[in-house]
Amino acid sequence: MAQKTPIYDSHVELGGRIVDFAGFMMPVSFEGIVAEHERVRQKVGFFDVSHMGEIEITGSEAVQFADRAVSNNVGKLQPGQICYTVCCNEQGKILDDLLVYKFSDERILFVVNAVNADKIFNHLTEIREGDVEVTNLSESTGQIAIQGPASRELILNSDFCGPVCDRLKELEYYRFITFEYQGEEILLSRTGYTGELGYEIYLPSGMTLDIWKRLLEDGAGLGAAPIGLGARDTLRFEPCYCLYGHELSEETSPLEAGLSWVVKLKKGDFVGRDVLVREKEEKPARKLIGLELKERGIPRQGCAVLHEGEEVGTVTSGTFSPTLGKPLAMALVKRSVPKDATGLAIDIRGRVVPAEKVKMPFYESHVND
Amino acid sequence: MVPEESKFTKDHEWVFVEDEIATIGISDYATGELGDIVYVELPEVDTEVQQLDPIGTIEAVKTVAELFSPVSGTIVEINDAIMEDPETVNSSPFGDGWFIKIRMDDPGELDALFSYTEYQEFLGEQAE
Repeated sequence: MAQKTPIYDSHVELGGRIVDFAGFMMPVSFEGIVAEHERVRQKVGFFDVSHMGEIEITGSEAVQFADRAVSNNVGKLQPGQICYTVCCNEQGKILDDLLVYKFSDERILFVVNAVNADKIFNHLTEIREGDVEVTNLSESTGQIAIQGPASRELILNSDFCGPVCDRLKELEYYRFITFEYQGEEILLSRTGYTGELGYEIYLPSGMTLDIWKRLLEDGAGLGAAPIGLGARDTLRFEPCYCLYGHELSEETSPLEAGLSWVVKLKKGDFVGRDVLVREKEEKPARKLIGLELKERGIPRQGCAVLHEGEEVGTVTSGTFSPTLGKPLAMALVKRSVPKDATGLAIDIRGRVVPAEKVKMPFYESHVND
Repeated sequence: MVPEESKFTKDHEWVFVEDEIATIGISDYATGELGDIVYVELPEVDTEVQQLDPIGTIEAVKTVAELFSPVSGTIVEINDAIMEDPETVNSSPFGDGWFIKIRMDDPGELDALFSYTEYQEFLGEQAE
């Protein structure tokens, strides 16, 4: 039986179409994927992301342990800073992609994908060493993402965030603050998965629904409305953010998926490092590229990519981009495919459709606005 | 077409018959399930089809669905307009959003399909 997030009842009330996603009953759409997508690009939208996993690492060696578990440099983070990273297995393949929040040298928070939350918690428990405690806070934590150009105005003017208004005004991308509300710690970060200015709020499950409703009401004048998983996918797709199960998996290394910028091979040892050092020297077998379909059709995950008639890879994500108005795809292809390759095509259920290599990201993000 | 006088399939196609020509589309339930339709692919006019042959592909933002022919016959017309403006299928599934017209080989095939009332009951059961 799929779990419900604290906001589930509101989704049903507002006409959300509910699907089972990673073991949670989640809304896939409300007014329609394209309308929701445009709302976030132009105004502001609310995402229930309470299904995400939160794992806390505490203890005097929390930072050292976190640095052994993930590929990016946690030691370099200042308190109140966040980094995007991957957690690899010994084979240098991706167990999950995640955000790392540094509260202090003794307290770190990992925010992981719902589908991988138990896997990562078990993995961390297994590799745990030193003065470190690993706690799974996923069930007791709710999460609300508020994304879009009007998100700052919404948050600054809300009663909920009003008291910390001054600190919020100055909040930079990938930084967070905490504040107290009704005796509970609330975490608010400038992060997101849409390519727009946006914020994410972590709070106790028990108060999540109430705060969701209040913020949504506060934002009504700015055009705020709930957004489903369908638009969450198209919104992350346009700025070419990777999605676990698509671009990322236990079959893929971060170097192949274009994530070498989060793989800090010089920072010291971490799980999977040896393999990644070798892979970097020998050059990764595959690379992630962007493709635009030159005829009508929609490329989907799993479609074969052809180069001069020969199969060279697979589409990892593809859709009709609502903002750009054309069918686009990300694909993992053999490294041998030239940078300026022509003669590319995508096999869509037996129909071979010409495609052209295009620059990623497809959409320039506005996260620093 | 008139929904109440049309036949329906369990795959949510509708068939409306006038003078042995069956006009085929998908129901408003189907468009609701699919969401925003962004691309429609249809076969050539004069193609001969058997009942349940795939006769088109409907791509929505999130998913893809096949259109299956509810009847056997010869395709006499396709709706070019929905290939240009696929959102017409969402806005008018029973009207301008029709897909294909087929000259039927055997109108008797229609007997096995749902009537409008039966289709509504079928949707009711699906929802339970």
